[in-house]
Amino acid sequence: MGSALDVHRLHFAFTITYHYLFPQLTMGLALLIVILKTFHLRTGSEHYARAARFWAKIFGINFAIGVVTGIPMEFQFGTNWSEFSKAAGGVIGQTLAMEGVFSFFLESTFLGLFLFGEKKLGRIGHWFAAFFVFLGSWLSGYFIVATDAWMQHPTGYRQLASGEIELSSFWGLLLNKWALWQYAHNMIGAVQTGCFVMAAIGAFYLLSKREEAYGRTFLKMGITVGVIAAILQLAPSGDLQGKLIAANQPVTLAAMEGLFTSQDGAPVAILGQPDVPKRQLDNPLVIPRMLSFLTYRNWSAHVRGLDDFPEDQWPDKIELLYFSYHVMVGLGTIFIAVMAFSAFLLWHGKLYDARWMLWVLMLSVPLPYIANTAGWMTAELGRQPWLIYGVMRTIHGFSPRVAAGNTWFTLIGFMGMYTLLSMLWLFLIYREIERGPESEGEPLTDLTSPVETEPVVPTRY
Amino acid sequence: METIWFVLVALMVAMYVLLDGFDLGAGAIHFLVAKTQEERRQVIASIGPVWDGNEVWLLAAGGALYFAFPALYASSFSGFYLPLMMVLWLLILRGTAVEFRNHIHSPIWIPFWDFVFSGASLLLAIFLGAALGNVVRGVPLDASGYFFEPLWTNWRLGEQTGILDWFTVLVGVQALLALMMHGGLWVQYKTSGEVGRRAGKLAGLCWWAVLVMTGIVTALTFAVQPQVTANFKTWPLGYVLPVLAVAGLAGVQLELRRGKELKAFLASCAYFLGMLTSVVFGVYPMVLPARNPAFSLTVSNAKAGAYGLKIGLIWWVIGMILATVYFVFVYRSFAGKVTANVESHGD
Repeated sequence: MGSALDVHRLHFAFTITYHYLFPQLTMGLALLIVILKTFHLRTGSEHYARAARFWAKIFGINFAIGVVTGIPMEFQFGTNWSEFSKAAGGVIGQTLAMEGVFSFFLESTFLGLFLFGEKKLGRIGHWFAAFFVFLGSWLSGYFIVATDAWMQHPTGYRQLASGEIELSSFWGLLLNKWALWQYAHNMIGAVQTGCFVMAAIGAFYLLSKREEAYGRTFLKMGITVGVIAAILQLAPSGDLQGKLIAANQPVTLAAMEGLFTSQDGAPVAILGQPDVPKRQLDNPLVIPRMLSFLTYRNWSAHVRGLDDFPEDQWPDKIELLYFSYHVMVGLGTIFIAVMAFSAFLLWHGKLYDARWMLWVLMLSVPLPYIANTAGWMTAELGRQPWLIYGVMRTIHGFSPRVAAGNTWFTLIGFMGMYTLLSMLWLFLIYREIERGPESEGEPLTDLTSPVETEPVVPTRY
Repeated sequence: METIWFVLVALMVAMYVLLDGFDLGAGAIHFLVAKTQEERRQVIASIGPVWDGNEVWLLAAGGALYFAFPALYASSFSGFYLPLMMVLWLLILRGTAVEFRNHIHSPIWIPFWDFVFSGASLLLAIFLGAALGNVVRGVPLDASGYFFEPLWTNWRLGEQTGILDWFTVLVGVQALLALMMHGGLWVQYKTSGEVGRRAGKLAGLCWWAVLVMTGIVTALTFAVQPQVTANFKTWPLGYVLPVLAVAGLAGVQLELRRGKELKAFLASCAYFLGMLTSVVFGVYPMVLPARNPAFSLTVSNAKAGAYGLKIGLIWWVIGMILATVYFVFVYRSFAGKVTANVESHGD
């Protein structure tokens, strides 16, 4: 850590990782809120409207932090990665600009209506406001994933002699098959975060014996949607994502799996620590032949290991890549188990009294965040040493005139800024959970009553 | 085609300045026009539902700049590294302050957020003005197409310039005064009672300062950037743009005296539009002038491929039509004056 390249990478990694903690929840919740609003429309029960209002408040707080931490992302392509932007801006600028024009305008307009216009819009109008917020945030996700997918698997471009990269097919860029499957995988991941958060707050209410009607609704919805999402995340979306990597980035697959030597009937490593200098996996716990089967549906298929590729093609942080991938897959498996078992209890009417299961659900809340982060780390570390796979190396992409000292300065600045945002977030979310869904029904004057002006004592966290 | 995109990006930037300009201006005059809790809530409420939509124009303009002129995006963003990062921090602080001010009802935190909101707005107005000043003055680009400017060097217009020198600081001050006027007119239009009255009065005061500063900065611009003089000589039709600015400024004073709040605000919009388009017209075909004119970035050496520009125009037009529909819808939904006991923003 000292060269300009490393600091630029760390800068982007830190700001994007922090930023994505918020959109993954808001994109997931947007869907769940639309479902709650639909129940409200169909049953006419105020219960669902209040539940939706409660989640709208959680959504609003996360959305605001998502917006303010998102602006730096677009800027950083120019500030920190100018060589990359100069070469490829004509292509990836398209999707990034489309995000602004097609989703941000939609999202920002209808979010205002959704948060403040319930009375004005009426039931159906308000359902549409919620739906357009959902649509805007999911479109936004698509444009970003399409941008990343182009870096993973460039399509629809042509490179000039000068090195500049031009767009040659709009639909080639937009309907990149990598983008479609990566999008599916990413959005299901976001839905999982939404479901786990919803179920966890439901579990918290039941365990604390308050807001129990809402707690049950949250659990029911979080688990029902969550179990579907957990399974779809494994197959088809995860499975197909893996096949795309095997076909297009075989060296990445080898590094992710910690497969140092090529072999027929390659095993999958469940546990073990890669020792890159010695080219081996320490303390391995493997399922024989499984990798061959998963990748090629053939127990004895040949899988290329790292030794099959020149070292300058290897991802440069193999250990981190290996662990990111294993954490993601491990957690994904745990999610299926937790959600399926909760769903089993739910359908047999036993979940609400199974306190130990409620505890498990409540404490699981950080896990989908970790899994989504690890998943993105797998994608981005796996792309190394390329910035645009096979076209431009990362080392050729950063801003040549921005000295490491300036980058450290702004990285430290962002760290400080985001620490403050985190404290604010914790406080606000904790307070909304404490207030609960019922508080909405109280007159607004209550907000300035003495109880409210006394901030919740922080030591109770 | 690249000239069309040059005009479109310039218009999007202008749109950003007009729209986010009034909420930045409202922030800068926050403490001057609103004295009590209730009054401050009125100011925030007047921009509450629209400020983040306004900021989207910055992202949309940035995105268009990125794909239409990638070399310009790369060069200017990395060259203005430090001030841009500070703009980001200020935007984060300001957005946080507006959104969370009403979430925490506490006698010590509300004034704190007011202070952050107002301070960040004020600094942003100056920074954005100084950024424009840098573009007019030219930056130390070299043959590689890159440059890097520290925040300041010796405050002079030499070879190795900094972001801040006497010229760009003057432009920054002018921007602040003009945005204070603009914000004042908006607050006057959107609020009633004492706040609206004070905002109108303040806008009237700022008007005189804007008048003086516009004269000084315009004269200096002709001296600092020779291209401007040349362009107006070559295409005299361009004079229509500064005339629009002058007419807008005159209109502000006129409509203020006649008590037409909306018209005064719109006249201020015309002033901004006239000023910004004059600058853009003045530096064309450069998009980023260099201190050494041989290295300037122009519409032709910074543009993206022809196919991308053409396809971009198609979806851009569709997207803008949609965006206009949403905007009209939301401004209608939130039309009218903000009263003191409006439902508070964010709860």
